[in-house]
Amino acid sequence: MKIKLNNTDENFEGETISVSRMLELKKYSFKLRIIKVNGILIQREKYDTTLLCDGDDVQLIYLMSGG
Amino acid sequence: MIPMRFDEIKRHLSGFRVGIAGAGGLGSNCAVALARSGVGTLVIADFDKVEAKNLNRQYYFADQSGILKTIALRENISRIDIDIKVITHTEMLDRTSIPVVFSGCDVIVEALDRAEMKEMIVEVVQLQMPGIPLIVGSGMAGWGRNDLLKSRKVDKNLYVCGDESSESDDDFPPMAARVGIVASMQANIVIEILMNKMTDNLSLNYENKA
Repeated sequence: MKIKLNNTDENFEGETISVSRMLELKKYSFKLRIIKVNGILIQREKYDTTLLCDGDDVQLIYLMSGG
Repeated sequence: MIPMRFDEIKRHLSGFRVGIAGAGGLGSNCAVALARSGVGTLVIADFDKVEAKNLNRQYYFADQSGILKTIALRENISRIDIDIKVITHTEMLDRTSIPVVFSGCDVIVEALDRAEMKEMIVEVVQLQMPGIPLIVGSGMAGWGRNDLLKSRKVDKNLYVCGDESSESDDDFPPMAARVGIVASMQANIVIEILMNKMTDNLSLNYENKA
């Protein structure tokens, strides 16, 4: 399956993948982030149950302390 | 962009209300840029007082130490332009208060300190205030590395400014120049969104007439 991750193509094995697994595979380590899938915000508690499919548009924002 | 004199720009911007969550380095500098541009009403929320250590980047003065930031910022904005209306909320924002404090705002600027708070306001505004653009600041600690600072439109109602990687802490402090760039990027997006409403109105009028 192929998704757009911050406007860049990313390929993963299989037909679907959970948001949690995608973060694991990409080795994203920052704890605080915002994830939107096809424009819809995914809350942290739904990372395990939200499945990404071919063609999904995923936006990921890292939140850094400081202001 | 359509060519326009500043008086016209200011007249247009005077009709809008912008929310600013946090009056630290991002919030105080962003508020001042918006006030100078003529945004009519600013809703500023912060619970903190001005401290000497804030003066390396925040829009306050040494003689304002110990004063609430909301009060000090309102005072500073009034010295720039007495006609800008500043509504202050001196409280720690939470999931319940955010939609109330910023109700009626055309755009909201996220200028909070801790990443956990940033996450909270993004969730609340995106889920409970649909259609209201939120401008997030993320990653601005240290100095230099101008080329890493960027402004990104995630979608119609979510923008992020900063390098998304430089986390502030005691050994990697936020400083005026870099924080100021990000605060100005945030203000610049607010102005762009509000000015686009004028272009939208103009084209709408044109379509109606045509």
